Amino acid sequence: MADKSYRDAIRDAMMEEMDRDPNVLIMGEDIGVYEGTFRITAGMLKKYGPKRVLDTPIAEAGMAGTAVGMAMLGLRPIVEMMTMNFSIVAADQILNHAAKVRYFSGGQVDVPLVIRGPQGAGVQLSAQHSQSFESFYGHFPGMYVVAPATPADAKGMLKTAIRGRDPVIFLESAALYGMKGEVPDDPDFTVPFGQARVAREGSDVTIVSYSRMLQVSLTAAERLSKNEGIEVEVIDLRTIRPLDLEPAYASVSKTHRCVVVQEQWKPFGAAAEIAASISESNFDELDAPVERVTGEDVPMPYARNLELLATPHEEQVIAAVKKVMYANG
Amino acid sequence: MAKTKTESATAVADPACVPEWTDILRQMILIRRFEEATEREFRRGKIGGYLHVYIGQEAVASGIITAIRKDDIVFSGYRDHAHALALGADPSRVMAELFGKSTGLSKGKGGSMHLFDVEHGFYGGYGIVGGHVTLATGAAYALRYQGTDRVALCYFGDGAMNIGSFHEAMNMAGLWGHEGMCPIIYIIENNGYAMGTSVERHSALTDLSARVLAYDIPSEKVDGQDVFAVRGVADRVVRQVRETGKPYCIEAMTYRFSGHGAADILQPYRTKDEVEEHRHRDPIIILRNRLGEMCGLSDDDVKNFDESAQAEVARALKFAEESPPPEPDDLYRDVVAE
Repeated sequence: MADKSYRDAIRDAMMEEMDRDPNVLIMGEDIGVYEGTFRITAGMLKKYGPKRVLDTPIAEAGMAGTAVGMAMLGLRPIVEMMTMNFSIVAADQILNHAAKVRYFSGGQVDVPLVIRGPQGAGVQLSAQHSQSFESFYGHFPGMYVVAPATPADAKGMLKTAIRGRDPVIFLESAALYGMKGEVPDDPDFTVPFGQARVAREGSDVTIVSYSRMLQVSLTAAERLSKNEGIEVEVIDLRTIRPLDLEPAYASVSKTHRCVVVQEQWKPFGAAAEIAASISESNFDELDAPVERVTGEDVPMPYARNLELLATPHEEQVIAAVKKVMYANG
Repeated sequence: MAKTKTESATAVADPACVPEWTDILRQMILIRRFEEATEREFRRGKIGGYLHVYIGQEAVASGIITAIRKDDIVFSGYRDHAHALALGADPSRVMAELFGKSTGLSKGKGGSMHLFDVEHGFYGGYGIVGGHVTLATGAAYALRYQGTDRVALCYFGDGAMNIGSFHEAMNMAGLWGHEGMCPIIYIIENNGYAMGTSVERHSALTDLSARVLAYDIPSEKVDGQDVFAVRGVADRVVRQVRETGKPYCIEAMTYRFSGHGAADILQPYRTKDEVEEHRHRDPIIILRNRLGEMCGLSDDDVKNFDESAQAEVARALKFAEESPPPEPDDLYRDVVAE
């Protein structure tokens, strides 16, 4: 085990896989000479050369679409989106092509493609650079969508993505890049998709979350434990598609109360799907309606105070936990 | 069939009366008869969805696909039956796909627009106009990355040149070509219409092959009704692209004799006279007349070819009709790898 940042965990995963398999390559905007906006790809051009570390024009559809073609021919391209906000320029290549070609070819091709990059708010990038895309991509069959919350998961899940046979939307949290955590050294350490985990045990309320909101939820849980004596069980989904809600169902069977926390907007968000599934699965066991904590339903503003108001924070999570316990005021 | 004077002045193909030319004629007749049968079966309700046939454009598929190697690869848009057949896909399995049967090329999951036959180098069959051009470009990069001298063909219509990702692909192809990493031939099947919108109405610059020059991709036009001319250009261009790893664009001037799709009955965007005028330049008649003049191909020979094509199509129809539909469980297969 080594103490690594989320950023370094992602870079380590890519470089270890590039060392392991010559079919792995990475492409993106300013990832080579410039070494990446978030410096995830620092040093890679020098080590692997321009055929494997491709600086592309500012052409998201071009890079995503060409990567689909590369993947169909047996390469394992990783496409870095400078931010996932730009990936919607490539929506046709991702949703109409990458996610469909295995199915409509009757299974004649694999598409081992990873599209990765940061998303989410927190650093005053305003409306076009702060969005979250898990429900957008999670809606479509034919792909995996993952959103790791820790450095270890970032590394282990990225390796699973690179070694897979299907397109993976790998959603990184820009606000977590500097976060440190224990990461296994084993180069074959991987984290399988579709396996949620219990991030904190508790008996009173279940919180279901993922990515950065998982960390917010854990902080809230510690405060509730210390200040209120409320023990929250926190479930880290890790994968958005396919969702593994079994640990959440088991937890709610125990706690009878549930809060789902997401950064994105409330309407049609991931939390709606999760809350509906828990209501279906645990209807008779619930002592309160499933509560959702979400971002405010507005484009992300620039001003710091407004951005903070638009983004979920610990106090809202704490209030939601108290609400499902009927313990407010 | 109208008597047509052949116009092959620009042909550079070997004019020797090698059997290959009669093979090409037979292939084009098979494609024609196959497509005519699909139109009938669509009207009978045996084929659903959209149906876009290649009638009138046969020389563009056959003239270039016969010039590539077995290990080369081809991408196409939604008017894709001819490309699959020219690559050697089993006509019975193509027809079965159109009938939505489990024995179809794509197991009945794709239909007319999504034929795939990877074993024969056919990588599809795509329904978003122009959307596949990026894929073919990346595939070409992969061929070079893997150290091979294989090449990719990417077919698309004139209408495909107006989608944004087309231009992103062209620019990247031009750049990769500088490094010898993009062995691809883009083939514009310029049949004059993007569905019902004429080239004059959809492209600010109507000289389509000139548009790709902006991306440092050399290009040329060819008479797409004259398979001698098409094949002549293809032989030279395929050799060049294979050697250099640089992209090239061929604009084949052609015409579709049928509507855009099987539902395009009124065709308000063109006149009957215009269609009739182009029918005088039927690529199959141009080739058979040329072979008749040069190589003594007789009417009986052509009749035999036609009968054999009709028999093949009849076999395909019988196979498609008698094949079972996909199993209900197939609904859930091939979404992701199992």
